[in-house]
Amino acid sequence: MKFSKFKTVMLGVAAAALLGQAAVAAEPIKAAFVYFGTPGDGGWTFAHDLGVKQVKKELGASVQTTIVEDVPESADAERVIRDLAAKGNQYIFTTSFGYMEQTLKVAKTFPKVEFYHNTGFKSAANVHTYNSRMYEPAYLAGIIAGKMTKSNTLGYVASFPIPEVLRNINAYTMGARSVNPEVKTKVVWVSSWYDPAKERQAAETLIGQGADMLMQNTDSTATLQTAAEKGVYAFGWNSDMSAVAPKAHLASVTQVWGPYYVSTLKAAIDGKPFKDNVWGGLKEGMNGLVSLNNSLPASLKKDVEAKKAEIASGKFKVFSGPLKLQDGSLKLAAGQALTDKDIDSINFYVEGVEGQLPK
Amino acid sequence: MTVSLFDSMTPLLASAIGAAIPLLLAALGELIAERAGVLNLGLEGMMLMGALISFMTVTQGGPLWLAVVLGMAAGTLCALLFGVVTLSFMANQVTTGLSMTILGAGMSAVLGKGYSGIAAADSFNPMPIPLLCDLPILGPSLFSLNFLGYLSIALLIGVSWFLNQSNAGLSLKAVGESPVVAHSLGLHVTRIRYLAVLFGGCMSGLAGSYYSVAQFKMWQDNLTSGNGWIALALVVFATWRPSRAALGALLFGGVSALGLYFQAIDVHVSTFALASLPYIATVLVLVVLSSNQENIKRHAPAWLGKTYYDES
Repeated sequence: MKFSKFKTVMLGVAAAALLGQAAVAAEPIKAAFVYFGTPGDGGWTFAHDLGVKQVKKELGASVQTTIVEDVPESADAERVIRDLAAKGNQYIFTTSFGYMEQTLKVAKTFPKVEFYHNTGFKSAANVHTYNSRMYEPAYLAGIIAGKMTKSNTLGYVASFPIPEVLRNINAYTMGARSVNPEVKTKVVWVSSWYDPAKERQAAETLIGQGADMLMQNTDSTATLQTAAEKGVYAFGWNSDMSAVAPKAHLASVTQVWGPYYVSTLKAAIDGKPFKDNVWGGLKEGMNGLVSLNNSLPASLKKDVEAKKAEIASGKFKVFSGPLKLQDGSLKLAAGQALTDKDIDSINFYVEGVEGQLPK
Repeated sequence: MTVSLFDSMTPLLASAIGAAIPLLLAALGELIAERAGVLNLGLEGMMLMGALISFMTVTQGGPLWLAVVLGMAAGTLCALLFGVVTLSFMANQVTTGLSMTILGAGMSAVLGKGYSGIAAADSFNPMPIPLLCDLPILGPSLFSLNFLGYLSIALLIGVSWFLNQSNAGLSLKAVGESPVVAHSLGLHVTRIRYLAVLFGGCMSGLAGSYYSVAQFKMWQDNLTSGNGWIALALVVFATWRPSRAALGALLFGGVSALGLYFQAIDVHVSTFALASLPYIATVLVLVVLSSNQENIKRHAPAWLGKTYYDES
């Protein structure tokens, strides 16, 4: 009796050990995502969340994902990122520009963890950046705005005067002026990535000043909602926002993170973690212009498609000459183009953008 | 096509009035509470709770009137809590008011988690008054308000009448000036103070509703973004008189609209400075006002912020 009990216990131990071994073999990799807002923003964070959903769908049980929402771009972010690394997450994606320094700082203390920082410009041995060339679809949206505007005044609800935003304002304006040289773009800065109340006031102000085509570089759907109420048109940004205001919505400039997240984590599962800095655009399918309004003329849609193909194939570069600055001086002669490094540090307005660049 | 300066003034005035309405509502409520001698610093918290509850109501498919009623109820409930602590348990009004702000901000953020970023299912839209709305400048701004906008004007008139013409208003002021004398005259000091505080909460809740279902038509953390504090400053600015509160609300509303307006007409000022204009204006006004201590003393309720121990 005694013996058999001992045996049972031993068997139990052996079984547990075996099971444990099995569990180790099939143990999923652990990936964490730090969100600036919640997927409910219908914009920036929603787009990242779509990407994470794709990871769950395609990689299933081989990746264990953790998400932390609503993380402020402050010292709080460092605490959250550090906590995620300490809890054994091997791949950490920090999905907002303002996490740059915090990510780099934590990465130093966790050299074995790979960090992927979205939209930043600093990298390290274990910090890799990924970003999307949003200015490409912004240019396409500009073509639509330039053709459709009646007041020849476009409005732009902008967040912060950093290169990322300035190049989108420029591209939108250049796209519009490529089909309608009369176009002017008015810009209102709200000093925030996500402040629907302020975004709404900015949109109202722009409409009050005659803008009838609104674009935004902020995270919520407020601009589009305001445009719909006031009977003007607007574009979605970051995510497909057509459902918010089907009539006022002309098209959405979208971020597409799914393929990047899936391929990065697949590489990690295969034991060859991805260590490149990625800056993709229409060519790589990292963004797009989607849900074009049905009321747009067919010829315009065709023109936009054609331009999209030219950008994707590399035949047309958005920041290429002839390119004039706001004061009318020539920045680039025909045949020249800005390098990626130049594009990444744009600090000027092109011809057609009104107002002085905030310093 | 260019927009003339004259034309571009109209939307500026409209957004100034739009921004002034909730400030006026909250300030009128606080004015009544302070006239009864109770200083409630919890405006911001009560407004946030009102805003959230109203937004939740329309999101759940409730009608607009119910959203406003429940928003007012939420503000009143917060004020009741404040009243119990300060009037029944005699706690310090300043600390309790501050706690109310923190409580309201925190609680609305937690409860509102699933509601942020979505558009309001229903909202108040402008109701232009025929003929009057065709007047230049004033037509599109003052005579094209939504229901709550007109209500705020009615409330302004009502509160002015109450304070200056009614017996009840006289009793209220007596309580704020000297609860001891008011008590000896047979007034129920604590009861009157309770009613004044509850009215203040109700008005804050209404101001919150205005933000979530009439002006911004959405919910987000800290939707009122400091406007409760501006309304509080307005009461001092107005030296406890309703008509001046309305004037002050317009001024502050104008200043907050001006920031974005300057950008759109290409007046170059730092955007960060523009965004802080309303707060800078608040500080300036308070500094200027308090430099004239006599003026403040003459108008401030003598018993403001002091606990009254009812001995009956």
